[in-house]
Amino acid sequence: MSTFGEVVLRSLCVLIAFLVLPLLVGQTEHKLMAHMQGRLGPMYAGGFHGWAQLVADGVKFTQKEDIVPLAADKPVFRLAPALGIVSYLLALAVIPFGPHLVAAGITGSLLWVLAVGAIGTVGTLMAGWSSGNKYALIGGLRSAAQLVSYEVPLILAAASFAMAAGSFSLVSIAHAWTPWWLLWQLPGAIVFLVAGTAELQRPPFDMPVADSELVMGPWTEYTGLRFALFLLAEYAGIVVVSLVLAVLYLGGWTGPFDHQIGPFWVLLKGFFFAVIILWMRMSWPRLREDQLQRVAWLGLVPLALLQIVLTAAGVVLTT
Amino acid sequence: MSSGLSGYLVLAGVTAAGVLLFVAAMFARRLLAPRAPSQAKASTYESGVDPVAGGWAQTHVRYMTFAFLYLVFAVDSVFLFPWALVLRNKSINHASLLEMGIFAAVILVGLAHAARRGLLRWTLDN
Repeated sequence: MSTFGEVVLRSLCVLIAFLVLPLLVGQTEHKLMAHMQGRLGPMYAGGFHGWAQLVADGVKFTQKEDIVPLAADKPVFRLAPALGIVSYLLALAVIPFGPHLVAAGITGSLLWVLAVGAIGTVGTLMAGWSSGNKYALIGGLRSAAQLVSYEVPLILAAASFAMAAGSFSLVSIAHAWTPWWLLWQLPGAIVFLVAGTAELQRPPFDMPVADSELVMGPWTEYTGLRFALFLLAEYAGIVVVSLVLAVLYLGGWTGPFDHQIGPFWVLLKGFFFAVIILWMRMSWPRLREDQLQRVAWLGLVPLALLQIVLTAAGVVLTT
Repeated sequence: MSSGLSGYLVLAGVTAAGVLLFVAAMFARRLLAPRAPSQAKASTYESGVDPVAGGWAQTHVRYMTFAFLYLVFAVDSVFLFPWALVLRNKSINHASLLEMGIFAAVILVGLAHAARRGLLRWTLDN
């Protein structure tokens, strides 16, 4: 196959995964939340258990009028939703589903995921700042403070996995994985999961979009499809965080019969973490802004540094 | 990826796919969505009352302390990442472990100081 054809094919696969996996997470959220909170949930669209609800939501969003407020900084306001989409698409492209099954094989893939994940953050800030709305501005400031604070434990936890494997490549990290990591890297995995959830501004870390006080935070002025793209980016973010954690902490494709069904293990392990992220939303109330910051600085950062000490000691003592 | 194809080439393709997705979505919206602009609709949303003054309002300075703290730890992690790769090198591993411990401890003292002086606490009751 020609180089061009292969690039197009690989990009298309990433695009399909990007459009399908977040819908699966969304559908799981509907059903889990309905069962856990003892309510019905959407049951009509598509017939069987409302399976087409999210597709119907998408169609509804495209049919809504697109409103750009007069007070907004219009080009920035219009462009903001694109950043989240592109950033998580790029992060998804380097996640390995098998030793050779990765859309874009680059050596520093862990660094790449951390780097492009931060671009989505800029989209939220652009939305908050450009809306010309006080709710959006306050929400944007809270976002900025929250995203930089939780970036630190996230990076430190990721560094711990890289140290344990001696590589920044997600493929090499999954190769270096042993069951021993389940204990050795446990604090790092907890930090990564909590900080990743906070980076996505999912409840209980949804202070920036707290609907009872800030309407919808940075997204207050958005309507229709642009708003839907922010939501798509959020669910794609859950997919990326879950899959990266599955590769880092649970060994990715490692499992029984992994020569035949390796990608299945990655998806299953990722699904496990996605369910935990959804579960947190259903169980816990929102943290107040300063409590949320204390969790990051006095809880997660010291824990992540402890994990780094543990990892470094383990590596130096065993080599 | 044994075909010799550079992963970065694929990433460029994925970027193009992302831009195309956004453009296609906006095109679909243009075709399907109604357009009935009005002055009232385009005004800033402020819970149903007329907006007061501008949207770029003054806000509290205490968010800035998080930016300072972040800057310190971001620089810390810049040093941490290259160290992660040379940790297995037998000629420097023990010495570098000690040095990195001292470096991280100095930063932790800063964080403990910020916490002790109340920078991470906005109310007196919690």
